[in-house]
Amino acid sequence: MPVLAPPIPTTQTPAARPAREQRVRLLLVALAGLLVLAALLGAGAGALRVPVSAVVGILLHKLNLATSLAFEPQQEAVIWAIRLPRVLLAVLVGAALGLAGAAMQGLFRNPLADPSLLGISAGASLAAVAVIVLEEKLLKTVSVVGGLGSYLLPVAAFAGACLTTLFVYRVARRGGRVLVSTMLLVGVATNGLAEAITGLFTYAATDAQLRSITFWGLGSLGGASWDTLSTLAPLLALPLLWLPRLGKPLNLLALGEEQATHLGLPVARLKWQIIGLTTLAVGASVAMVGTIGFLGFLVPHVLRRLAGPDHRFILPASALGGALVLLLADTLARTAVAPAELPIGILTALLGAPVFLWIVMRESRRLG
Amino acid sequence: MCEARELTYQVGPKTLLHRVSLSARAGEVLAIVGANGAGKSTLLRMLSGDLKPSAGEVLFGGIGLSDWPPAELARRRAVLTQQHTLALAFQVRELVMLGRYPHFGGQPTAHDHAVVAAALDLVGLHHLAEREYPTLSGGEQQRTQLARVLAQVWEAESGFLLLDEPLTGLDLRHQHQTLAVARQLARRGFGVVVVLHDLNLAAQYADQVALLHQGRVVASGAPAQVFTPDYIHLGFGIEVELLAHPSLGHPLIVPTVSMPF
Repeated sequence: MPVLAPPIPTTQTPAARPAREQRVRLLLVALAGLLVLAALLGAGAGALRVPVSAVVGILLHKLNLATSLAFEPQQEAVIWAIRLPRVLLAVLVGAALGLAGAAMQGLFRNPLADPSLLGISAGASLAAVAVIVLEEKLLKTVSVVGGLGSYLLPVAAFAGACLTTLFVYRVARRGGRVLVSTMLLVGVATNGLAEAITGLFTYAATDAQLRSITFWGLGSLGGASWDTLSTLAPLLALPLLWLPRLGKPLNLLALGEEQATHLGLPVARLKWQIIGLTTLAVGASVAMVGTIGFLGFLVPHVLRRLAGPDHRFILPASALGGALVLLLADTLARTAVAPAELPIGILTALLGAPVFLWIVMRESRRLG
Repeated sequence: MCEARELTYQVGPKTLLHRVSLSARAGEVLAIVGANGAGKSTLLRMLSGDLKPSAGEVLFGGIGLSDWPPAELARRRAVLTQQHTLALAFQVRELVMLGRYPHFGGQPTAHDHAVVAAALDLVGLHHLAEREYPTLSGGEQQRTQLARVLAQVWEAESGFLLLDEPLTGLDLRHQHQTLAVARQLARRGFGVVVVLHDLNLAAQYADQVALLHQGRVVASGAPAQVFTPDYIHLGFGIEVELLAHPSLGHPLIVPTVSMPF
């Protein structure tokens, strides 16, 4: 049987780029530019103010590039040893949380999904709180624990995140298939359970331990140093480089699992990838800086409003946006009530929740 | 060619399909008809691979369905399922472009854009290309999904389309337009399997009809062979008379009695 050529109109000129596509490019460039600007300003802000020109001069100097930009040795010491690690930590963690949120929302095909929904953060917190309360007893009985030293808490939190995810994944699995809706329900229950057990530990904690627990729960980037960065960066490298490449698969998944399968998508593998990578991203972040709410949830949401739901855009933009928001929030957190510091988790929720409410209200009014 | 061999599907004690065999050939439109619950969608979901048969097998191009590399199958065969939930506000053009994803690596080529535009033309949605999918009416959403499926196998040689009740929510004109597109594709060498409720539409557009009743194929063949008063009574429990379509000649099915309640 002759196969006729499909009737593709040959006169069709490659249409002008759709408006949305142009806006997407513009937004990505703008986010990247803003992030660099915020990083330079953020590094300069604090008890010792350093002008942007000096910050640039110091950075170039460290790269062995001679410039005429003037700075003092004291400024160099502060920027290099304190400010820069903190700015980079904010960027790394913000990017990881933004990406993880966007990927989870894509996986669950639900704009309300969030890594905390699966109990990842709650599991990490539970492990951290357990370590804080039981530390002395653990040190006496298990000698390995002592060897971890100051890494004990992050290692425990990371392990807690991974174990929780595995638990949720296993419980939600039926006959080799993971039902996403079941997983969401199991996640909610696991969340509650983890929080309850955390509550038990809190109840049994001493006053000093309570302070540590509170601090942990509110999150802080105050522990930033080149050491923490060199621990965190390798863990975050995989999710930060891999997740942004999953835009096409996540777009297909938006059609539903069956339709995505008919378009050639290996759905089961994609689920594993996303759950594994987000656990790595969120687990490592929470382990280093505590729980920081609303970021992974809010950033993709705002970006979708601005430039549509295409994951090829949403994923990289959420990384940039998450980094930008956390960097700004952290700069505010350490300068607003200086010399004291606001816990950053409070700040992100305080700023994030009203913005989110505003978006929802505007949206519901638009749809009438 | 898409072939079902002795398909049986059991859920618990219930047998939804009982040793169903049929084959859909390239160049033909095969309509699956039957009463509610007869097993039409179950059969189609088994042909598409969404459901695994309890016994029997599905062959596509002579090869077992699960032996096909997913990406290659996607370039040759497209499936339109019944439910379309989409939480994300993709534009119509973006959604149809999803059908081209099996064909390009990084960015869509000019060819992919042209196929999307042509598919939108074919279902009469060109003017809504920039609209967001969730703001469309039910019928427009259905046609958008059809355009996506068409774009997916646009240039396939002897491609296959599986359509599960593609006319849901469509007005009279677009019902005929959709089936005319199916016919046009069959003429180009495609195989089309379509689940239909309207027997008259099946009689007008299908080359082959399979009538399902309680999970079995009770009649199959050309529309004139299957659409007899006896078979229709068996399949639907209603008395009908057959007329000849005044200009096209295919059978017209007309119920003779009003149903007692």
